[in-house]
Formats: sequence, C-alpha cells, structure tokens
Amino acid sequence: MQGITFDIAHMLAGSLVLVSFIQLYQQRLSALLNIFALHAFVLAASVAWQAYVQDAPHLYITALIALVFKAIVIPLALRRIVIKLGIHREIENVFGVGLAMLLGIGLVALSMVVMLRVTSGADPLAREDLAFALSVVLLGMLMMVTRRNAVSQVVGFMSLENGLVLAATGAKGMPLVVEISIAFSVLIAFIVIGIFLFRIRERFDTVDMQAMDRFRGEQR
Amino acid sequence: MTIDALEGVLLIPALSAGLLAALPGYRLTSRLNMLAAFLTFAIAVSLFFIEPASGRYLLVDDLNKVFIVLTTFVAFTTSGFSASYIGHEIETGRLKPSHVRFYHAMYQVLMFAMNLALIANNIGLMWVAIELATLTTVLMVGIYRTHEALEAAWKYFILGSVGIALALFGTILVYMAARPVIGEGPDAMVWTILMTKAARFDPDLLNVAFVFLLLGYGTKVGLAPLHAWLPDAHAEGPTPISAVLSGLLLNVALYALLRFKMLLALNPVAIAPGPLMVTMGLISALFAAFMLYRRRDIKRMFAYSSIEHMGIIVFAFGMGGPLANFAGLLHMTMHSLTKSAIFFAVGHIAQIKGTQKIADISGLTISHPVLGWGLVAGVVAIAGLPPMGIFMSEFLVVSSTFARAPWLVLILVIAILVALGGLFIKLNTIAFGEPRGSNAPAQASYVPMFAHLAIVFAAGIYMPPALVTGFQNVARLLG
Repeated sequence: MQGITFDIAHMLAGSLVLVSFIQLYQQRLSALLNIFALHAFVLAASVAWQAYVQDAPHLYITALIALVFKAIVIPLALRRIVIKLGIHREIENVFGVGLAMLLGIGLVALSMVVMLRVTSGADPLAREDLAFALSVVLLGMLMMVTRRNAVSQVVGFMSLENGLVLAATGAKGMPLVVEISIAFSVLIAFIVIGIFLFRIRERFDTVDMQAMDRFRGEQR
Repeated sequence: MTIDALEGVLLIPALSAGLLAALPGYRLTSRLNMLAAFLTFAIAVSLFFIEPASGRYLLVDDLNKVFIVLTTFVAFTTSGFSASYIGHEIETGRLKPSHVRFYHAMYQVLMFAMNLALIANNIGLMWVAIELATLTTVLMVGIYRTHEALEAAWKYFILGSVGIALALFGTILVYMAARPVIGEGPDAMVWTILMTKAARFDPDLLNVAFVFLLLGYGTKVGLAPLHAWLPDAHAEGPTPISAVLSGLLLNVALYALLRFKMLLALNPVAIAPGPLMVTMGLISALFAAFMLYRRRDIKRMFAYSSIEHMGIIVFAFGMGGPLANFAGLLHMTMHSLTKSAIFFAVGHIAQIKGTQKIADISGLTISHPVLGWGLVAGVVAIAGLPPMGIFMSEFLVVSSTFARAPWLVLILVIAILVALGGLFIKLNTIAFGEPRGSNAPAQASYVPMFAHLAIVFAAGIYMPPALVTGFQNVARLLG
C-alpha cells in the first residue's frame, strides 16, 4: 500500500492545493475559468486514484461527475455567460495579489497544523487528504472574499466544493449517498446561480457586486 | 405497504409540491396549500399518540417530536396568512400568477426539507435536507426580482453555501471519527448507532468537527458574526417567508446543532460544547440588541430581534442542565409563535402602507386598530414583558443560570433590556401618534396572528402539566 500509491495520491491532492493558489492570482475571468477547469480535472484524477487505491468502484462515478460536469460543462457554460456579458477581459482583486498569496499561505499552514495534529490516529493517506482538502476549502473561501465579481465568486464556491469532495473521498468507505448528493448539490447550486446571473443581468446590466451594493436594504 | 406517520410528514409536502406546481389559479392553490399544511400538522400531532419505529433513515424521539409539531403548526398558520397576503400581492400586481404557482410549490418543498432534516436518522441525509431548505428559501427570497431582493438572495446564497459547506466538512470529520469504532459504510453516519458508541470516538477529531459544525449550522441559526444574510433575507422576501425563516428554519439549524452537542456530550474526553455556544449566543444577543436602535426598515428590525432571541436560546442550551434546557426549549417555542405572529401583522401593515420604512408608518392603533393593537401585543410579548410566555421563558433562562454564571447572565440581562428599549422606541412611532400614509382598509386574516398571540398569552399564565412533563423529558435528553 505504501510507496508509489501513496506518493501518487499525495501528489494529486497537493496539486489541487497548488491549482487553488494559481486561481488566486488570475486577473482575467476567462483565464480563471480555464484554471478552474484544471482544478476540476485534477480533482477527477485524484478521486479516480482513490477509487483505485481503496478498491471502491463507486468512487469512479464521483470522478466522472467531476470530470464531465465541473471540468467541461460548467466552465463552458460560464464562459458563454461571461462572453455574452462582455466581461471576459478583466477582474479586480479587492486585495493585491501579494497579500492574497500571503493570506493563502497562512491558511494552508493553519489547516496543516490543525488537521495533522488532530488526526494522528488515522491512516496517513486520509490524514494528508483531509489536511489538503481543508486547505482547498479555505483557499476557495479566500477567493470568494477577495473577488467582487459574481462569476468569480461562483468559481470560488465551486473550488470550495471540490475541496469537500476531496475530503469525502479521502474518508474511506464514506457512503455513496453522500457523494451523489454532493454532486447533486453542485448541480442545483449551479442552476440557481445560473438563474441569478440571468436575473442580475436583467436588472443591472452588470455582474459587479459593487454595483449591487448600492441597492442595499437600508438606503436613506 | 403501509405508510407510517414519519413517511406521511414527508410524502404530503412532496406530493402537494408537485400538485401545486401544476395547478393554475391562486385562490384554489392557496387553499390547497393550507389543506396540505394542515394534513401534515395533523399527522405530526399523531406522532404523540402512535410512535412509529425508527428505521435506518428516519427516527423519532422526544426531541424531534417537539420540533416537528412546532414546525408543522407554524407552517399551517403561515399558510393561512400567506393566502390573504398572496391575494393582495396579485391584486397590486407585485406577483404574477406564474410566480405564485412557483411560490406555493416551493413552500411545500421547504416544508418537506425541514421535516426531513428533523426526522433524518443519518447525518448526511440531515445535511442534504438543510441544504435543500436553504436553496428553496434563496429562490423565494429573490421572488420579487427587485434590486434589493436580488442582492438579499445573492448574499443569503453565498453565505448560506459557505455555512453549509463548513457543516459538510464537519459531517465528514464526524464520520472519520466514527469509522474506526463502527466500521466503514453507512452505519457510521446513523444517529442512533453514533449515539450508542460515541464514547469511544476519537475526541480530537470530534472537537474539530464540532467547531466546523458550529460555524456551519451556526450561520444558518443566524449567530453573530455569521448573521449578515439574515436581515436582508427577512426584509426583501415575501413576508410569509420571513415568518417561516424566523419561526422555523432557524430552529431546524439549531436542532442540528443540538444533536451534535448531544453526541459530543457522550464522549468523556471531547471538549464541552457548552462554552462555545454560550459565547456565540451572548455575542449575538448583545450585538443584535444594540443594532435594533438604528433600523429604518420594520422587517429588518424584527429580523435583528430574531438574532437576539436565537442568541438567548443558544445561550440557554449552551449552559445546559435540565432547567436551562427546559427554558431554552420553551423560549424557542414562544419565540417561533410570537415572531411569526409579528410578521403576520407586519406583512399586512406593509401592504396597506405600501412601504416598510419605519419613518413612513405611524399611528396604526388609530387608523387600523386591530392590526395596530395586534402588533403592540406582539412587541410586548417579544420584548419579554409579563404576562406573555416569553417573559416566563426569559425569566427561567435567567433564574436557572444565575447561580452558575452570574456575570454571563448579567450580560444577557443587559442585552434583553437594551432590546426592550430599542423595540419600544420604534413601536412608539409605529403604533401611536398621528396616522400617516395610506388609510386603506385592511384585507387581512387576523386568525393566525391572534391564534399565536393567544397561545403565547396562555403559556405565560398557565402551562398544562402534560406540556411541562413533555418538555422536561426533552430537557433531560439534551443533558
């Protein structure tokens, strides 16, 4: 079990964290969508590897869902929306890139310290997976906080969900029910988001969240 | 195949959601909505008399019986209020008939999701149900498609999703903690099995899991500082949804927290979840009480009042022990009933006046005496004045915890008093003085509002012994 299988699982989960970092400093929306597709692809590879290692064929379904929906369908759909709205050129970061990266490093360090310490009893593969998964979740959150644009907030949310899938597949023998439901929730979430983007455009002609902030509930 | 009551409270909302989505005409569908809600309530009450056996997926015990009956009751009365509210919205053209069809279907889907969350015997299933409830309410909050409604729905969606994601991470960690003891597979997610073996779970993992669950489900409970979605969602959605959000959905998330708290309490080495809950509860109560003073929107004001009361409830459950749990449970019930009654009144008031701005509403007791005095009664109750039920429950919260933590209780009392002041300053301009704004006669259904207020009033005077023993059993269960 140890040796090469462990190393590959380790590498794939680690790459997911790395791709999360790459997402953090993307300035253009279309580039961000490409990186998200890569993120989902790495996730699919990682889940498929877990399926092989754990000898759990149902995990291949999860991997397939990640590959088809998250790596292909959703980025394509979002790209269409983005081009239709004519906002594929630029995005603003709330913070500078440097600060975002520093915060990201801090969050990864935090999740390593927390997860590796508390899971000392568990098997090493699950431990590392959980620590990496928490890093991906936190980086996704950081992205949602630092971006103003509705589309990039959605991308942040989806990479956060990718982290959750990584955690769920790392937990050996976790029932299939949950994994399907995760995929399902992403799908539903996407439909909802799609409706919202459509409606937002209908109303605002922009998906910049700052424009929306002007319409806060309590204007004088 | 026979269908027991547990499946009934799921099947009726699910089937009627499909039916209501297909039927045209709001008069018919709003009545059917009421009928479906009533049937669900009737079946929920039957749980007290014939208790079905808990299975692998659904469970029933003293704790969730109380929650289910409260949920289905308020859902039923709200559907009555919703019928007259929606009628008015159609007349003024704020909602189109196709929206109403969607609205009624979503109402029943929400009932389904909340009931499922309450009776799920599986931590994964419970998570799915709460996620479903979140998504349906997001859609309903955005139904008016105004700038404000869209922003509120978006904010709710983003914050709710992050909360729900954290809760899922916590759920996975609980599974990880249970796996070495119970073994791989679905068994390690079943509540009834988890509870029997919790003592041998890895305490460190459980601790971290609870932090995630507290943050995740705490977002849905509306605990500060994760409450930012709550005032917006309450203010911009249709008022029946504000009533359901405040009265029910917050409770459902709280129920999830309580279950996990019980799980942790069974493990001797894990941290005590109480202090964490007490801290968050106190912060929420104090913060929301001060926020009441600066509100300009009447629905936002009562949304902040909900945060304050959820803070008090979480404080009571965090302190623990039979008496404080009893007080927390009573306060939760009273708050659900009172706050939904207030939203019933506020919904009609906002419809008559055509605005939710506090500055534009005044002299209601003169222009619309029934609504005006109804609102006054509701605010008197929610502020915790005698003889209403919330006075009883707040008094119990304070007296049952005072000996153990006088300084903490002092903060709580300050929060309650500050909130009382804030509510009455606003109530003074809303209810009394020179009437302003439209004086159109109210086309309101007063029955749901006064039914709730009557129960709250009665509970403040006299509690039936059967109810007291029932609540005491649950309080003991909560540990």
